[in-house]
Amino acid sequence: MTEFNELSRQFQVSDLVEQRADLHFITASKEHAVAVVSALKERYGYTHLVFFTVVDHLEKNEFHLTYMLHNYEKHHDMGVVVKIARENVQMESIHHLWPAAATYQQEMREMYGVEFPGSPGLYENFALEGWEDIPPMRRDFDTKEYSDKTYYPRPGRESHDPREYMKENLYPSEAETW
Amino acid sequence: MSDNMNDMDQMQLFNDQGRLLNAGLPDEEKALFCDAAPQVDAPYRGIWEKFLNWARSESLWILGFGTGCGAIELRPLMTSRYDMYQYGVQPRPTPRQAGLFIIGGYASVKTMKRIVRSYEQMQGPKFVLGLGSCTVNGGMYWDSYNTINRLDHYIPVDVYIAGCMPRPEALLAGINELKKLIKDGKGENANKYAENFEWYKGNQKKIIKDWNMPDYNW
Repeated sequence: MTEFNELSRQFQVSDLVEQRADLHFITASKEHAVAVVSALKERYGYTHLVFFTVVDHLEKNEFHLTYMLHNYEKHHDMGVVVKIARENVQMESIHHLWPAAATYQQEMREMYGVEFPGSPGLYENFALEGWEDIPPMRRDFDTKEYSDKTYYPRPGRESHDPREYMKENLYPSEAETW
Repeated sequence: MSDNMNDMDQMQLFNDQGRLLNAGLPDEEKALFCDAAPQVDAPYRGIWEKFLNWARSESLWILGFGTGCGAIELRPLMTSRYDMYQYGVQPRPTPRQAGLFIIGGYASVKTMKRIVRSYEQMQGPKFVLGLGSCTVNGGMYWDSYNTINRLDHYIPVDVYIAGCMPRPEALLAGINELKKLIKDGKGENANKYAENFEWYKGNQKKIIKDWNMPDYNW
């Protein structure tokens, strides 16, 4: 891919993955990510920010930020992945490239605790109001435990493993054959 | 209920004069809102109260406020097939004109703030209909970080309609059940709210951390 080869001469980018003919992913270093995204927008025609999201990889102790860009002329999608450590996670804002990115960043700040210094409205409420615990979409946040201690669970709810339950109650005669 | 009341951390809701603290409101706004707790409005006796209850039950005005996905069932209820108007039910645009609040399914903490505020603005006697499993025990959102499990811990509920989603027929059955309760003189939940006001407010404040709502208008 020519964009990748040209970018890799100038920036720290690696791991070109061809997901489909019209969808590629590249991995950029944290320091160069915004420059890479900016270059893709200004030089290579990736003018549309499709989404900007974060995935929590608890096992690797990493957050994976993904900038998904679209090129209207070539009908091609480019995902720029940035891997950053989970502690005090902070990233450069891209609201100067796409004003709409501020909303994505506001949501990521609230739901994952990713900080984007300088992003407008970063500390305004997005979906939650007055949240005091750790950000709820982080995978080390125990939703069930939080719900149990906060929302007065009504006693009497029980859940079954669907497979076992159907074996015992719905198809007892066929249980041997499963 | 008394067990749960003991469980609650007792928060300070009133000052020395028995006035609500309205903590969370900015100082310049506090004067704009009522700071008295709601009062119990004792029912009349005998035939007069029976007449009033008959009149109340035959003219239920619902608050047109969709608080969850269940509110989608209110639209067919209004149209000719189910025709709720034949039961004396009609939607109203503001809480101050409404007597029946239908909670349409799951209530997140954010929605709960608006529900409480709307409920308190309604004039008594007022009734609440919990529509869908989510209001009963959280339904499919029972282990969510942001969705309440039991509506009756935050506002008193007259009738629950289970289901996900209940059909408009179920809603009509619930409304008719509510009518029976009102005619039997059992629609006194506005008074229950006033009597157990501290318990309800304590539960509400436990989940709503930034309490910038006025405790006002009953």
